[in-house]
Amino acid sequence: MSDQHTPEQVTDAETTAVHAEPRQEAEARLQPIKWKFPITYALLALLSLSAFTFLSPTGAVTQFRLATGSDFVALPAVNVPSFAGALVLSLLQLAMAALAIYCAARRIKLGVWLPMLFGLFFVLAFLIYAGAGRGAFIPVVTLLAGALMLSVPLIFGAMCGLVGERSGIINIAIEGQLLAGAFLAAVAASFFTSAYVGLLAAPFAGAAVGGLLVWFAVKYHVNQIIVGVVLNVLVIGLTSFLYSTVLTQNSELWNARQQLPRLPIPGLSQIPIIGPVLFNQTILVYLMYVIVFALHILVFKSRWGLRMRAVGEHPKAADTVGINVPRTRIFNTVLAGGIAGLGGAYFTVGQGLAFGQEMSAGQGFIALAAMILGRWNPKGALLAALLFGFSTSVGQVLSTIGTPVPSEMLLMLPYVITIFAVAGFVGRVRPPAAEGVPYIK
Amino acid sequence: MKLQLKGVTKRFGTFTANDRIDLTVQPGEIHALLGENGAGKSTLMNTIYGLYSPEEGEILLDDKLVTFNGPGDAVEAGIGMVHQHFMLIPVFSVTESVMLGYEPTRKAGIIDFAEARRRVQEISARFGFDVDPDAMIEDLPVGAQQRVEIIKALSRDAKVLILDEPTAVLTPQETDELITIMRQLRESGTSIVFITHKLREVRAIADKITVIRRGKIVGQALPESTETELASLMVGREVNLTTQKEPAEPGDIGFSVKDLTVLSGAGKVVLDNVNLDIARGEILCVAGVDGNGQTELAEAIVGLRSAVAGTITLDGTNLRRMNVKERLNSGIGFVPEDRSTDGVIPGFTVTENFVLDQYDQQPYSNGVAMKPSVMREAAVQQISRFDVRLGTVDDPISTLSGGNQQKVVLAREMSRDIRFFLASQPTRGLDVGSIEFVHRTIIEERDKGTPCLIVSTELDEVSNLADRIAVMYRGVVVGVVPGDTDRDVLGLMMAGVPVEEAYAQAKDHHTILGEADEEAQT
Repeated sequence: MSDQHTPEQVTDAETTAVHAEPRQEAEARLQPIKWKFPITYALLALLSLSAFTFLSPTGAVTQFRLATGSDFVALPAVNVPSFAGALVLSLLQLAMAALAIYCAARRIKLGVWLPMLFGLFFVLAFLIYAGAGRGAFIPVVTLLAGALMLSVPLIFGAMCGLVGERSGIINIAIEGQLLAGAFLAAVAASFFTSAYVGLLAAPFAGAAVGGLLVWFAVKYHVNQIIVGVVLNVLVIGLTSFLYSTVLTQNSELWNARQQLPRLPIPGLSQIPIIGPVLFNQTILVYLMYVIVFALHILVFKSRWGLRMRAVGEHPKAADTVGINVPRTRIFNTVLAGGIAGLGGAYFTVGQGLAFGQEMSAGQGFIALAAMILGRWNPKGALLAALLFGFSTSVGQVLSTIGTPVPSEMLLMLPYVITIFAVAGFVGRVRPPAAEGVPYIK
Repeated sequence: MKLQLKGVTKRFGTFTANDRIDLTVQPGEIHALLGENGAGKSTLMNTIYGLYSPEEGEILLDDKLVTFNGPGDAVEAGIGMVHQHFMLIPVFSVTESVMLGYEPTRKAGIIDFAEARRRVQEISARFGFDVDPDAMIEDLPVGAQQRVEIIKALSRDAKVLILDEPTAVLTPQETDELITIMRQLRESGTSIVFITHKLREVRAIADKITVIRRGKIVGQALPESTETELASLMVGREVNLTTQKEPAEPGDIGFSVKDLTVLSGAGKVVLDNVNLDIARGEILCVAGVDGNGQTELAEAIVGLRSAVAGTITLDGTNLRRMNVKERLNSGIGFVPEDRSTDGVIPGFTVTENFVLDQYDQQPYSNGVAMKPSVMREAAVQQISRFDVRLGTVDDPISTLSGGNQQKVVLAREMSRDIRFFLASQPTRGLDVGSIEFVHRTIIEERDKGTPCLIVSTELDEVSNLADRIAVMYRGVVVGVVPGDTDRDVLGLMMAGVPVEEAYAQAKDHHTILGEADEEAQT
């Protein structure tokens, strides 16, 4: 009954030297095959083939307009034969779905090019179907410009969430911060009759909401989700109250429209398609490019970023090397609030609109989803926000040219994507370890 | 650097964790602070490191009075600390971990990664550490993580290095390397304060030993003292560190797992084709460094975690498809690893905790109605049998000490008619008296003919209890060896070395502690 090691166990152990690498092979062998993506591709490809292709009237043509007035070269409108175009795109999708199924069965990993390319083909097939034989152009530039426009508050909101959560504070109050920013921007711009004053004021409103959040979270260790929800309600209540009293009584003084001027960048803004979309924007959008790029560098390569991540992952470890945990959290959450406040300005001065009640309309929550879908990375969050913006834009453009699909279905798309994103459909997400946990010595 | 404490007192509410502590650590000295779990060693060290501020007393460095408002001040003054639970961030690289708080930067606060990496390499080279500056912390074995912590302290020019239970997570061979490092540091003039409750190590490593008991210094000792002397100083009475037991009389196989494979939530293999057979009347201990699949093994057996392949057989029935309750009812007695979160419900009374897994069964209930008086009576009876010290059984269990809580858990599990006993880290964090009691109880259960599976990362405990030892490494059972196997062999197996090779290597090369043991015996 003593020395009982079977030969099998010994051979097994021989492969495990002292500092051996994890046994990747054994893991790959035992992992259940993940069928959800290949099956999704296959279903979408079949949908594309059956609906988009065969429901397109034969002989019809879909017209895409690529040009605006001020381009270097005026690109001609592109006419695609609807049936053939959708058929080719659908067959390409089917081929990609087959590739995905084959690779899944063989446990081969595919890059991100597959979902991106697949998505592009699917959307194109859909556009061809939607515009088939309608005599109207599909305005590509308007579609893309709309996508960016709708993404702006999402991107600002996602960057705000990212900075807060990387330092360990869950921020459900992005919605409130956007709304507060929109409100203060409108009021300040109207009072001083300058959109730029509104732009300067907006971050303070967001930062104030962030300050309240972090004050309750750090000083009183209150559950951060609850504080966030309460702050949203507070901001909605406060702005609605002021709107219906002060702002409506003297809207000339307090809530007159002011618009940030567009500042086309000479040269760049005349590039066909992307020029008018990216480089004929207001200063707010250019600021957004700067913020996303700066965060992309600073979060991972700067002292500020390193300390912020340390506090969000393991505050005690940060404390033992002399980093002031509460101060770091307070600073970053207030800063994040400022970013969201700036994004809120887009609703009012950014688009030249007056303030309206609850005009942020849930965008803060979509921004939070974009941050999660982007896995707490500036780049990922940017892409996710653009995806949400694009799907909304498709819905809006198609509802104006009139499509066989109810536009409500299309407008629902970002929310559907959000649910899947938050439910972890896109793979394992790893939030900062100490997120939402008060640091108590 | 000379470190001196004068009358340092630290209280938490009414509880005095450190009571007028006087301590002097000379430059270039390895000073061991020996004491039981809960004696106040870690509190004292956290006070020196600036994490706590003392109510009374003074800290002097090189005869100069210092006050620390936080760990930053202590580090500035030349104190480094390697915590028992490493203060490392799993998703950071080694370089990032070492520079955190002291980042070399270029303009605009951008980190100079080349410079930071160079610092790590310089210190690792100076002490012969083999650490990759770009490795992720979570991918490193614990021994290497500890070296990262030491590099971290040294990179800040620590003159006094505090090591809190540094050997708790190491194999004997890794401990050996640590001892070498400590001696090297001593040669270079660093003072080392070394906190432990393990008597073997203290004698082999320390230049001077200070013993602390219930928050007070109770004496000084020299490394020449015997283990028995140190033990009685530490505990305050004569203690027998090894539990007396008769040789096992194993019957036929009562419990077995076959080809058990478990994946973690992230899809990694945490148990890889584990095979174990346990006879009736036998204790099989599972040894290994923490985090090599032992926790998952225990959870898979009791059903808290589902296995992707394999069988779990108790008296001929396969349990794998059963839920936790069915498994417990088929005769598993289970003592979970983390007493405070899995073993008891802190706000419930002792009685309620006592019936936690039997509240809906005879004789404690009848249909939908529970029978509080029967429950209370049974609890009172078992509590006296298991020598639990408490006010009344109606008090919340959180008012009991860790040792007494564990006794309630044992009483609960053993008062049932069990056919297999499974305990994970049954004595973690307990005082010596409670450890003795728990060990005796487990051996009694064995002698009743119950197959017992004990998971423990403490080699002392394994050697004390085991009839046979299964060593685990990265989810694999490296081998099963007799209970009296040499610790050097077990240590090598804990690092993944196969059985035969481990025997051969251990014969050629003794660890420092192993040699010390032999000298003590002759």
